[in-house]
Amino acid sequence: MADTQTIDTRELISFRVADQEYCVDIMSVREIRGWTPATSLPASPAYVRGVINLRGTVLPVVDLAERLGLPTSVPSERHVIVVVWIDGQLVGLLVDAVCDILAVTQDMLQPTPDIAAQDVQAFVEALIHVEERMIGLINLDHVLPASQSQAA
Amino acid sequence: MTRDSRYPTLSADAMASIRAVFFEECEENLSALETGLLALQEGAEDWEIINTVFRAVHSIKGGASIFSLDALIDFAHLFESALSQVRARELALDGGIIKTLLKAADALTDLVRAARVGQEVDPAVVAPLIDELANLVAVVAEDDDGFGDLAFTPVPVTLDSLEGPGSSTGLTLHFRPAAELYAKANDPVLLLQELERLGAMEVTLDRSALPMLGDLQADESYLAWTIVHSVGDADAVREVFEFVQGDCQLEIIGETKPLLPQAEIAPAAATPVEAPVASNSQAAANPGQTIRVDLERVDRMIDLVSELVINQSILIQRMAAEPLSNRAEVNAVLEDLDKLTREIQDSVMAIRAQPVKAVFQRMSRLVREVEAMTGKSVQLVTEGDATEVDRTVIERLSDPLTHMIRNAIDHGIESKEQRLAVGKLAQGTVRIAASHRGGRIVIEVSDDGAGINRERVRAIAVERGVITADANPSSEEIDNLIFAAGFSTSEAVTDLSGRGVGMDVVRSSVQALGGRISVTSVEGRGSTFTLSLPLTLAVMDGMLVSVGGHSLVAPLTTLIESFQVNAADVRRLGPSSAILTIRGAPVPLLDLASVMGFASDQTESGRRVALLVEDDAGGRAALLVDEILGQQQVVIKSLEANYRNVPGVAAATILGDGRVALILDVSGILALQRRTFATPGPQTQAA
Repeated sequence: MADTQTIDTRELISFRVADQEYCVDIMSVREIRGWTPATSLPASPAYVRGVINLRGTVLPVVDLAERLGLPTSVPSERHVIVVVWIDGQLVGLLVDAVCDILAVTQDMLQPTPDIAAQDVQAFVEALIHVEERMIGLINLDHVLPASQSQAA
Repeated sequence: MTRDSRYPTLSADAMASIRAVFFEECEENLSALETGLLALQEGAEDWEIINTVFRAVHSIKGGASIFSLDALIDFAHLFESALSQVRARELALDGGIIKTLLKAADALTDLVRAARVGQEVDPAVVAPLIDELANLVAVVAEDDDGFGDLAFTPVPVTLDSLEGPGSSTGLTLHFRPAAELYAKANDPVLLLQELERLGAMEVTLDRSALPMLGDLQADESYLAWTIVHSVGDADAVREVFEFVQGDCQLEIIGETKPLLPQAEIAPAAATPVEAPVASNSQAAANPGQTIRVDLERVDRMIDLVSELVINQSILIQRMAAEPLSNRAEVNAVLEDLDKLTREIQDSVMAIRAQPVKAVFQRMSRLVREVEAMTGKSVQLVTEGDATEVDRTVIERLSDPLTHMIRNAIDHGIESKEQRLAVGKLAQGTVRIAASHRGGRIVIEVSDDGAGINRERVRAIAVERGVITADANPSSEEIDNLIFAAGFSTSEAVTDLSGRGVGMDVVRSSVQALGGRISVTSVEGRGSTFTLSLPLTLAVMDGMLVSVGGHSLVAPLTTLIESFQVNAADVRRLGPSSAILTIRGAPVPLLDLASVMGFASDQTESGRRVALLVEDDAGGRAALLVDEILGQQQVVIKSLEANYRNVPGVAAATILGDGRVALILDVSGILALQRRTFATPGPQTQAA
């Protein structure tokens, strides 16, 4: 049975964002922590909630709901920040709650259909169906599109 | 010969790290070299200094040969030959020779720096020095070749012709490298080559310890050499093996063997060293009690300590809010903790602190170069070399200092004829002095030149529109006009200072470091530029203000004053601009909340407190804030590390309550406003 554990298996962390479920690769997650009030940044997109102090590191926080065009709520202590590593930078993703850890194989990943909004399509690189749930795999490279082009 | 085949067991990574260490050591050696030569120039004819200088060049040459940096090796070799003649007292040290040696040190520095980044130095720069050195040595650099195949030939090799009558002196060496020698990237071939530079020799390979191929361990050492050397100076020979001491077995037998007489050895070879000098060199080879630490580790520690300081202040704030029955005891412990944290912070910062000597030393080279270009004669005097400052500041001190010293020599110091005509010494003096004053480092650059020509400065300032023709500035104000943007006092654009940058650039770079610069001048007696800089770039003095519920930090260096805004002084200009009149001068009034894009329940007119700030270029603005919370030292945190540059924000910091506060970029905010309102407001130049 050990043979079925192929190298294709990926572990993903899934979380809830405004009644929808999304996930990221567990290897990119550095830590998960509770919400603390962020200091807002001028001249930044609305989905950048601001920066928080992560043990001395200034961490930008992206509101995933806002980023995906979903209804946003006022962050409370029940909200969770998933700290991910994107291309040498640490970024916090503000989500409602962490759900699950999933082990998926490559064949479980299905392409995002064309009908989704352009933004969402660039952002959600694949869909995963687990039992009755549909989970969007987030493409972390597109979380901060502005930073990609401007900071280069 | 390809290097790779020689190091089958060394990975590219290992080579890269050895290379990095080599260049680091080169910098130290170059610094020791220059310090030594300068001391000799001062007249200190100390054998220990000459020895140090010699050793510095020798070490650079030795390291360079590991990496086949041929241009560097050849030059270092020639340099070393000249120095060895000095050491052997065959060459008397006079001013001219020291000058040549100093120039050679400069060229060696260039060669090292170029080699570090894998570039070549323009041969035209080095060639004249090679000639000069060769003249000193009175011989062209000896041919380096003839050893290429040695590395691959496991048979006895004759390294030099053996005919000729016997010499009365000679040594037999038994040299057996240990595995550690190879592990440290040393190479017996290089040592043998080095030995050969001392004089002719015969080398026999002893491969008796070599096992059968099947039993061969790649990282073991099996080979040994027996060397019959013509030079009888055991100390000079030992010096060759200085770097592999403990990593090899070396037996020196003072046996006499017929070989080439010494007179026929290439004259460039090192001549026998006097015994006391050699023994000194052994002692001095051991550096002080220091360790080499990766800078990243120190920076990491500084970061962690800043966290500790912040955490500690959060703890104190929280504990103050707790109802405690034993408050006195808790407070005593907290106070101890406070003291300890501060001590740790100071000690950690001290690790990264470096004496300004490193930068000052570079200036002596600059002075030599500018001297040569201007034909003026200048003496550089440094004071307070040992003054320590954080290395982040040191790194960025070089540019403004370079510019100021160029300026002092080019514009300040008069020509020899002019100086003599007014009864001064033909040689001018530029002095740089560093000292600690009130938690800052103060650097003074002064010259004994003509001083600032105020008539001219005023005329130029009027001509360039920096001041109006009817303005009546004080002498001091005129002196400081030279820092205004686009101002240059040079009569003609010279090769040196007239590259379109003036003292305004110096001022901006100093302000970017959180520093201030000013000048005082006495006509006919010279000028003094005073630089005041923070001791570190890791922390900064700031004014904490509150705007729309957010805390912001304004760097204290940009702050001129804070004041209550009187509604009668505010005039509207166009749809969105407001002008505040301060003591008769119009200044744009900016609502910081809207500049920073903060939603605010307070209206602009509700705000009555403003900060008068000045940017790098002397432009001013008044920033409306809700409240001034007080002055505070803050730890600077980068926003770019995890996000990107944000317009109007210089960096971030973490406050005592653990929240992030943004540090204002005043120059950025002013530039932003100028762009937002396409029509520029009133002239914001300092009047």
